[in-house]
Amino acid sequence: MTHQTAPPVVEMTGISVEFPPVKALDGVDFSLRPGEIHALMGENGAGKSTLIKALTGIHTPTAGTIRVDGVERRFTGPADARAHGVSTVYQEVNLCENLTVAENIMLGAEPRLLGGLNWRAMRRQAAVHLERMGLRIDPGSSLGSHSLAVQQLVAICRATVGDCKVLILDEPTSSLDTDEVAHLFTVMRALRDDGVAILFVSHFLDQVYEVSDRMTVLRNGALVGEFVTADLPAAKLVQHMIGRSMEVLEAAEEVAEQAERPAGATPLLQVVGLGRKGSVQPFDLDLYEGEVVGLAGLLGSGRTELARLLTGADRADVGQARVAGKATRLRTPRAAMGHGIAYTSEDRKGEGVVDGLTVRENIVLALQAERGWMRPLPRKQVDELVAKYIEQLGIRPANPEALLRNLSGGNQQKVVLARWLATAPKLLVLDEPTRGIDVGAKAEIQKLVAELAADGMSVVFISAELEEVLRISHRIAVMRDRRKVAEIDGGGATMDQVVDLIAGGGAA
Amino acid sequence: MTTSAPASAPRKRRALQIPTRLDRRYLPVLGTFVVLALMLIVGGTRYENFLTPAVISNLFINNAHLIVLAVGMTFVILTGGIDLSVGSVLALSTVVTAALLQAGWPVAVVIPLAVLAGTVIGLAHGVMIHYFQVQPFVATLAGMFFARGLCFLIAPESIAIDNASFVSLASWVQIFGEWRMTSSVLIALIVVGLGFLVLHFTRFGRTVYAIGGGEQSALLMGLPVARTKVLAYVVSGTCAGLGGLLFAMFSRSGYSLTGVAMELDAIAAVVIGGTLLTGGTGFVLGSVLGVLVLGLIQTIITFEGTLSSWWTKIVIGVLLLIFVALQRILTLRRT
Repeated sequence: MTHQTAPPVVEMTGISVEFPPVKALDGVDFSLRPGEIHALMGENGAGKSTLIKALTGIHTPTAGTIRVDGVERRFTGPADARAHGVSTVYQEVNLCENLTVAENIMLGAEPRLLGGLNWRAMRRQAAVHLERMGLRIDPGSSLGSHSLAVQQLVAICRATVGDCKVLILDEPTSSLDTDEVAHLFTVMRALRDDGVAILFVSHFLDQVYEVSDRMTVLRNGALVGEFVTADLPAAKLVQHMIGRSMEVLEAAEEVAEQAERPAGATPLLQVVGLGRKGSVQPFDLDLYEGEVVGLAGLLGSGRTELARLLTGADRADVGQARVAGKATRLRTPRAAMGHGIAYTSEDRKGEGVVDGLTVRENIVLALQAERGWMRPLPRKQVDELVAKYIEQLGIRPANPEALLRNLSGGNQQKVVLARWLATAPKLLVLDEPTRGIDVGAKAEIQKLVAELAADGMSVVFISAELEEVLRISHRIAVMRDRRKVAEIDGGGATMDQVVDLIAGGGAA
Repeated sequence: MTTSAPASAPRKRRALQIPTRLDRRYLPVLGTFVVLALMLIVGGTRYENFLTPAVISNLFINNAHLIVLAVGMTFVILTGGIDLSVGSVLALSTVVTAALLQAGWPVAVVIPLAVLAGTVIGLAHGVMIHYFQVQPFVATLAGMFFARGLCFLIAPESIAIDNASFVSLASWVQIFGEWRMTSSVLIALIVVGLGFLVLHFTRFGRTVYAIGGGEQSALLMGLPVARTKVLAYVVSGTCAGLGGLLFAMFSRSGYSLTGVAMELDAIAAVVIGGTLLTGGTGFVLGSVLGVLVLGLIQTIITFEGTLSSWWTKIVIGVLLLIFVALQRILTLRRT
């Protein structure tokens, strides 16, 4: 904040980018000053990536000017931008794992000796850059032998070699754990204090508040405003981002409060001692109609594995399952589907959507599979069904013929949900349905889950976000180290209580 | 987190420390080396006169052309590509050499032209593959047929080479005691040295590795991907041209049917030498070891006497399978 008065190093005015017929950016102004961490905020599809790509020359703006250091520029691509001091580090680490750390940092600006590479100088210089990042690793080791977090920092290292005035970090924290994020932030602050202007994109609001000085909010390709982080309460920020108040979220909360289970009811699905070697230790679980059961636990605690056993995606090697009181074996997803059990995977891209098919085809996929290929669904019925879910779930764009790969993450998730809702399941197992999607879509999905439960469906809801699990679950099963360690009532549970259970009764 | 963990090797290092540390990167090459050593030991104990300078010298003399092909192939495979044309290009080079010498062209002109023929074909491959996005397999397959056809167009029959200066160049021999080194072995060793230097001490060489590690990443790192990829095929083509020259020196003839399926020998040598076909990992020296392993199999089977020479192919096949399986296990463990 010390450079408040310094002239901006990047100044973009009236930037428009069009992918006919869509206007991805519409007259957006953006400025970045030296020595600040500037967060770029917005929902999926708000235009954050487009703005970054317009700056680095991947997209060509149809209107507007870009000034870097006061000089008007249109970069021809990332390499050109980098040559003028604008470096980008992407969400996926774009380095070569088979090369050494030193090469990944220095290649392109490597020290030379008699026309060849000077390995000693290269290692030495790389070590200096690593030191600045607080990384004590051997520059001669291959990059692939390090964790993703270290690779991410090496990528930043590379970006800051030479004259780096602007550093763009696109979702750098999405695959890091808490300690690693803290380390990254220390590095970012150090760079800021050296006068580097940092553009930071993140979905995590708390991280944005922790590290940024100013923020620019975009919505639907238009500028909402530029704010000083300290002066903008989080609730207000969310309002700016989604363009409506938090009442949707509150509605979801209310629905979750209701719903009483009649005493002595038969569970819809009852599993006893179900387990799989190397996956989940045997566990018991009862799932009732009209109830949302949340699964809480850290990454790798066995949440997904448990869900896969419930839905036949993995085969259990011990234990029994009863559907509506009748013993059965859930050996394959197809067998589970036959009992009205539907599962949406956490891996939306790999195990959820078929991104080369249209919205319509994706939605009817499960229903058609259930009928078999001999009895195709009548086209009229398909159209009605698809129109119904597009309307009900608010899928955007509301075009049944749109290819799935052109939809945002949140809308893809809604399509996957629609696919399973179309089969009218009795039990819906949702694994991380809200991951990587924006605040608005998240609230809509939570609300939908609550409504489905109110209509009598049984839902298993898995999420890494505790707050979300607490908000919509009637009951919460807590997982730790591939074991179900506790089951608590969702209504009265507090965040602290669940965190204690996850951490092992506070022992950890 | 890992960053605060003690650095893995805080020892003081001096000078060049590339191959001094035992890294998993060197494991496949080491495996090849062990196989080679075992074969030498087995051969040495089974047959008299096996571990003699004469046999080892012949191993190099008979395989000089293959060593050169394997060096070029290593560049291409490191980028994640393949070059199926090298056998045909080698034949083309022998035919060009023999035909031009027969027509009375001077040696000083013929030699560069024969090599250049390979360079031009390599350049064409590179351009097809990078700028027209043709699969390396298909582009070089086309090049393979083209070069072979060209051979027959120039000379359907074998042409003997009797040019005096060429013959004297080919029969140049340096003798160290019982060791012999011909001009082709010397050239092959120089090519190996150059290949090593280029791969490890130039930006071009490191970019070859980077492309094999991830072409998209290399592009985003701002490395000259297009130029490097084209150049890798130029290197392979040039090596094939030079290999043809060495083969012409070795056989004193040019024949359009030489080197049929020799590209597969080159690929086998590279793979046995520890280079991953997916690109990004491997060493030129490994490929040389690979050639020596192939050559030694042949030698052992000759020494055995009673065995049909087709056993060479069987042993090579089995070895290839073992090496590819080993590499698979190594890469699986890494991830």
